[in-house]
Amino acid sequence: MAVRKRSMGVVAVLAATGLGLAACGQSSGGGGDAIELTITQNAIAGGKNAAGANFITNWVIPQFEAAQKAKGKTVKVKFVPSGVDDEQYKTKLSLDLKSGKGADVMDIDGIWAGEFAEAGFIKPLSDLVGTDAENWPGWSQIPVAVQGAATFNGKKYALPVGTDGRVLYFNKTLFQKAGLPADWQPKSWQEILDAGTKLKSSGVPVPIQINAGTAMGEATSMQGVLPLLAGAGGEVQKDGKWTGAAQSMKDALGFYQKIYGGGLGDPKLQQEAKGRDKSFQQFAQGKIGILMEGDYFWRGVVNPKDGVAKMPDRDQVVGYAMIPAMEPGKGIRGQDFVSMSGGALRTINPNSKHPKEAFELAAFTLSPDALKEETKDGNVRITPRTDVNKEILANEPLLAYISEKVMPLTAYRPPVAVYPQVSVALQEATAAVVGGTAPDQAAADYQKKLEGIVGGAGNIAS
Amino acid sequence: MALATSPPEVPETAGPERYSSDAAGLGRLRAGVFVAPALLLVAVFLVFPALWVLYLGLTNYRLTGLAAADPQFVGPANLIDAVSNAEFWSSTWLTVEFVAGSAVIGQVGLGFTIAWLLRDRRGPLKRAVEGLVILAWILPSAIVSFLWVALLDRDAGTLNALLGTQGFGWLLDHPMLSIIVFNIWRGTAFSMMLYGAALGNVPPSHLESARLAGASGWQQLRDVVFPHIRGHILTNLLLISLWTFNDFTPFLLTAGGPDGKSEILAVHVYKVALQSGELGHGAAVSTIILLINLVVAVFYLRLLRSKK
Amino acid sequence: MTRFVLGRIGFYTLIAVLLAFFTIPLLWLVTAPFTANPTYEVQVPDFTWDNFKAVVEHPYALPSLYNSLLLSVGTAVLVVILAALAAYALSRVRLPGRDALLYALLLLSSIITGTAAMVPLFQLAVELNLIDSQLGLILILTGGLLPAAIFMLKDFMDSTPKSYEESARVFGATPLQIVRDVVVPLVRPGLATIAVWAVANVWGNFLMPYLLLSDVEKQPAAVITYTLYTEGGQANLSMLSTFGLLYSIPVVLMYLFVSKKYGFRFHGGIKR
Repeated sequence: MAVRKRSMGVVAVLAATGLGLAACGQSSGGGGDAIELTITQNAIAGGKNAAGANFITNWVIPQFEAAQKAKGKTVKVKFVPSGVDDEQYKTKLSLDLKSGKGADVMDIDGIWAGEFAEAGFIKPLSDLVGTDAENWPGWSQIPVAVQGAATFNGKKYALPVGTDGRVLYFNKTLFQKAGLPADWQPKSWQEILDAGTKLKSSGVPVPIQINAGTAMGEATSMQGVLPLLAGAGGEVQKDGKWTGAAQSMKDALGFYQKIYGGGLGDPKLQQEAKGRDKSFQQFAQGKIGILMEGDYFWRGVVNPKDGVAKMPDRDQVVGYAMIPAMEPGKGIRGQDFVSMSGGALRTINPNSKHPKEAFELAAFTLSPDALKEETKDGNVRITPRTDVNKEILANEPLLAYISEKVMPLTAYRPPVAVYPQVSVALQEATAAVVGGTAPDQAAADYQKKLEGIVGGAGNIAS
Repeated sequence: MALATSPPEVPETAGPERYSSDAAGLGRLRAGVFVAPALLLVAVFLVFPALWVLYLGLTNYRLTGLAAADPQFVGPANLIDAVSNAEFWSSTWLTVEFVAGSAVIGQVGLGFTIAWLLRDRRGPLKRAVEGLVILAWILPSAIVSFLWVALLDRDAGTLNALLGTQGFGWLLDHPMLSIIVFNIWRGTAFSMMLYGAALGNVPPSHLESARLAGASGWQQLRDVVFPHIRGHILTNLLLISLWTFNDFTPFLLTAGGPDGKSEILAVHVYKVALQSGELGHGAAVSTIILLINLVVAVFYLRLLRSKK
Repeated sequence: MTRFVLGRIGFYTLIAVLLAFFTIPLLWLVTAPFTANPTYEVQVPDFTWDNFKAVVEHPYALPSLYNSLLLSVGTAVLVVILAALAAYALSRVRLPGRDALLYALLLLSSIITGTAAMVPLFQLAVELNLIDSQLGLILILTGGLLPAAIFMLKDFMDSTPKSYEESARVFGATPLQIVRDVVVPLVRPGLATIAVWAVANVWGNFLMPYLLLSDVEKQPAAVITYTLYTEGGQANLSMLSTFGLLYSIPVVLMYLFVSKKYGFRFHGGIKR
């Protein structure tokens, strides 16, 4: 008796273990004749990018399934929501792809394209779906620069989902008090500093907020040091060589010093873990005069309807201007104004059992009808297609402004695997300057760090 | 696994064992059977992946990019890289401060104090104190970080409002102190519970006779309670030091900043492994943490098991 | 007498300080859910229920709490049972290399909770077909928690008197019966501690559930919490605070239940 009882307990545990091993076998599969597709985005109903998730579930899936049915194919599409930090989403995708799993169609940040391609996680579209990808009619509507974000080593790996741009936002009410114009457009860095000085003497607590430091992460790079570097005529990487302690880097860091060393910005805000959130709240409360941000700020932060720091009078109070080069003509490519852009990509999982149908699904989501449907009801964003943008941005002054004025002069980050580390080194350089280090010293330290990251001084432009 | 297959032995049915008495007559074979299921799970889901991590530390493996497709064995290069980095050593020192301050002194001290104060109590007061302490422990870290930002914020923080020190940046000017106090708040519950349960195992009769013999509170603690819970103290110290070494929640409060002033090793690993995707390097740092933990464990063992 | 009064005053002062220390950080969690547009500031709430309505209407919020319960209770039960058996055997019978093995496992368990372990654990789960399986996740989490649980429980087992087991054995009880009927009641506070500890560990765990469960319908509340952000990474404070409040209630209830029913009433059952 005793023995049986005892062994039963053990058997139960072992059975539970075995059950776990056996449970839940198939994760994706072809049952019957129906073609089953999955599509994933870092979007989830009720949370992050909820509108995008709802659009896929409520519009794309039924419409696409119906369209396929009309062609005589039974296709079942399932949306796999996510909704976490981009880094964690990236981790999950990488692990899935490495193990031959993952959704058939997936959205990735454009900046990951290079490292995913190098790792073999994604493949050129033409390898996966043949000529259909090259002949997709949408390409003719997508500007070359935007196509470039989906291209790695001369091959297209994905369809661009959209793009964005960075501008200077300012509070017109505060500007009026400081005697500054409502249609302010600085033409040099000095004019930004001058406006900051006037704002300061009119009692604005934080005249200028340009992100710095490591706590803000990539927001420091995209809405801070990279546009400034571009304004000083530098690129973080050009023709395979990285920019070290060049003059442009010293100038960009020098501008930080003028703001944060000159009392025009709040150095402590740059160090706080929730500093960016707070900068948004402070702008909404009228405590910040000038703020450098992307169009997301307008759509998602100060949006009177559903922003995280709502400004009921956004359209009247918030002004915007292009980011000037250090001096006219001193920006990259000799430009007077500069910006930085990013954007998501929609790509096909090389492990997909039905790559052709997966591509059709991806292309379907980027058809004019789909994009118009997605962006209606106040959910406007800059789509990759010029034909669609012309129509949907008509009533969106800021997005039209970015689409028409900023996009032609914007720049992109290098899509390579070491970029995230380079970006952190850049953020550390800005943190040092905000903390009181001389710009030249910070630039020299940056170069040293850069050498360690990119594999020696040989990869750094002299 | 060796335990499960150790040769069957006739259970000793009589006579006290030298080490600990097998009062239920278990015998080695049945003991092996009792241990086997746990050991099986641990072997598959812990030992195997942990050894894999140690191996990853010897490669240049990355989450993405070329090194993800074809990781190379680089031997101790990551380890050498890590220990030749000044930031790593400052991280290590911060971690020692963090563990000593928040775990060894803070959580053990406060946890024991609460358990001792409430040992004979029943009713709502005990429930309230224990409930709050445990609430601090079980709240998910994503939410806890907001609580503490709201508490320590420069402009609108509750603490500054209470103390009348508006504009004082606790997280910026005293980042280590902040995360140490935070971790005491966060983790005291475990020590409190463990000591609460351990104190319950001190036979009340022993305490009573000590009290009747005129022993002061401190003497009771030292002569009656401490010998009884010595093993628990060792376990407690070991476990919370281990966990605190590997705790990266402070990241949510200070992001390791400002300027790395609160970048403890676990935060360092998180940044390296998850944010930069350098998994080989992250695994190597994890290995070093393991070695430090080993030293700490041996130290505790010497300290508390010496006079048995 | 004065000594007694002073002692009382000292005691209540200390308790008051403790209560304040543990309560003040929680204020935000009590006020923000009832505030229309919460910020990082403890404000007098507007007493609105809109945030709760939003959470109730959220498609995944409440189901995720159920998933959290399932995962944490499942793990806790498995950890307590397996650790109790193992700890008892290790406490009573000297097995070769016992102490060294326990210490080694304990040290390895710390590495497995770190960020660097996610790749091995994920690939292991893929190989064993445990992706998207809640039971698989429970097994993985259990494996990580067992060494510490055995370690703690062994202390409790070591300090229980052996005489009861001997007499039970005289009456012909089997070892399993002895564990169940004699040892378990003796170490109940320890078991309750382990159970609450295991629940707390699983309750807040985000990374492993997120990586191993891709089906959102199976994901626990810790993962859903992380989705309450905007595309730019800004927190939706009204949702987060409200969900956080709801998120903490089940565990508090569970703790009160456990503490009332099973734990923290020492020497229960057996008189010395």
